[in-house]
Amino acid sequence: MKRLLMLLPLAIFLLVAVFLYRGLFLDPTELPSALIGKPLPSFSLPSVEDPQRVVTAEDIKGKPALVNVWATWCVACKVEHPVLNKLAEQGVVIHGVNYKDDNAAAQKWLKDFHDPYQLNIRDEQGSLGLDLGVYGAPETFFVDKQGIIRHKYVGVIDERVWREQLAALYQQLVDE
Amino acid sequence: MKQLIQGLLLTLCLLGSASAAIDAYEFKNEAERERYRTLVEELRCPKCQNQNIADSNAPIAMDLRREIYRMLEEGQSNEQIVDYLVARYGDFVLYKPPVNAKTLVLWYGPIVLLVIGFAVLAFILIRRRRASDKPASNTLSEAERERLATLLDRKDP
Repeated sequence: MKRLLMLLPLAIFLLVAVFLYRGLFLDPTELPSALIGKPLPSFSLPSVEDPQRVVTAEDIKGKPALVNVWATWCVACKVEHPVLNKLAEQGVVIHGVNYKDDNAAAQKWLKDFHDPYQLNIRDEQGSLGLDLGVYGAPETFFVDKQGIIRHKYVGVIDERVWREQLAALYQQLVDE
Repeated sequence: MKQLIQGLLLTLCLLGSASAAIDAYEFKNEAERERYRTLVEELRCPKCQNQNIADSNAPIAMDLRREIYRMLEEGQSNEQIVDYLVARYGDFVLYKPPVNAKTLVLWYGPIVLLVIGFAVLAFILIRRRRASDKPASNTLSEAERERLATLLDRKDP
């Protein structure tokens, strides 16, 4: 009994150490999405290129796709953009949600930096962004062919992140 | 010196008033305003994580305040508004998390620790009491006293 009690401080230390060690690798700014496993929220919004064209959640179904929330005011989006261009070239289906942006600026951006998006939704009021639980661009949702959100990545997708984490996820959605 | 103190006090007052973000919303009545205030104070801003949406000036907090105001105007209940936000941002937006399997330790951990603490304290106190009830160990038995006497005698002839 005495000997066991003597080991108690060590046990407590180890427990705390394990928690703190884990804490080193947690990113507190990363929120788990409440929408994983749920269908894409329904919406009916114009596209960035053509105000007459109405895009709905139905249009996104059919193929697994990345839904990328972006804006011209978002500095990190500019960093991410060339990577998206490259992925689109490789045949990855990417749709855009132009979140709380000036549409003219968005059109100019797409002309200047190339357009990787198949559909580009104009969410000027941020209503779709709110339904998606967006709290900072860029955010990217992985949507399967039934239109169910399967994964969410917050932050810049760079080549390393894609190679190490996301490519396999996308491939899994394609293979289903 | 007096002026310095006055200046410091004024600065403190100004600091206090600058912390809350101000929106100009019109409410139907005082009760509605009160509900709005409790809601925005109890909900957490998803972007600026250590602020509630009342204090935050992030665009997302402004949007959420506007959304809460809109829902209040539509006559939705507090639960409906909170559920609406949880459905989008998860339990994270609640400063008062719900009791479920994930938050069990958070809710009941402190009570369990307190009980353990009291148990340990009681254990120690009881043991101490028992030790003091016993005859003190420095009193000598009959045989010991005799032996001591002989030893002392030998020393002092």
